[in-house]
Amino acid sequence: MSKIKILIPCEDANHVCDKTQYKEATLWEKIILNIHLIYCRVCRKYTKNNTKLTKVIKKSKVECLDKKCKETMKLDFEKALKEYSN
Amino acid sequence: MPNHQINPNQWIDLYSDYLYNYTITRVSDKEIAQDLVQDTFLAGLKSMKNFKGEASERTWLISILKRKIIDHYRKINSNKGKAEVRISYNNDSETEGDWLEERVADPFDKTAEDTMQNSELGDTIHNCLGKLPKKQADVFKMKTIQGFETEVICNELSITASNLWVIIHRARTAMADCLKENWF
Repeated sequence: MSKIKILIPCEDANHVCDKTQYKEATLWEKIILNIHLIYCRVCRKYTKNNTKLTKVIKKSKVECLDKKCKETMKLDFEKALKEYSN
Repeated sequence: MPNHQINPNQWIDLYSDYLYNYTITRVSDKEIAQDLVQDTFLAGLKSMKNFKGEASERTWLISILKRKIIDHYRKINSNKGKAEVRISYNNDSETEGDWLEERVADPFDKTAEDTMQNSELGDTIHNCLGKLPKKQADVFKMKTIQGFETEVICNELSITASNLWVIIHRARTAMADCLKENWF
């Protein structure tokens, strides 16, 4: 059981934090992250900003065109562009 | 002041999301918004020679889009407006069921202000996304806004999962910095 690490480097902590934003981190990873956050001020700040970013984006309800729609739009547009340049 | 160049080949890649987001907060219907954005690009193409280069391409496209949105509302209003029954709460005749409460402003109803703030926030987010390198912006959009699974994005862009997380990490750091200046 010596392979289980309680203390992780900052890069790993940030990676877990990124995963948490998309609800992809496991419980164990989250526990380890929180232990890291107890003693690491830099990562605490990063986690705070990261969580805030997720909240802001969720709140703003920004929308994007999906890929299919963009592609059809592009096709139509290129047709028009050709017609125009001729 | 440097003159702005016009280059329609990149319009859809660069501005379609921004224009779409701008439209969706104003017409709140996905299909109509898509059509309006499409119309805007086509109209922009037609009147390309009128582009003087005083404003950036995006500003110019937005000004076309604004006209398109106004036209859209004119059009639906001309069909519907005639058949619409208008109810006024302030007629002086004493009719039954004319509740006084309906005339008072609801203090808990702050939706107008909220939506305004939301549309501004959306604009800011898209501005920040525009500043990111294209690949980071693409991955960030797919992951955060459209909510695709990691595997789907990896297959689509043919990158490895760890590669994806590095990109996400860089994008998030940049976005947080950018939004901190403008919003947080």
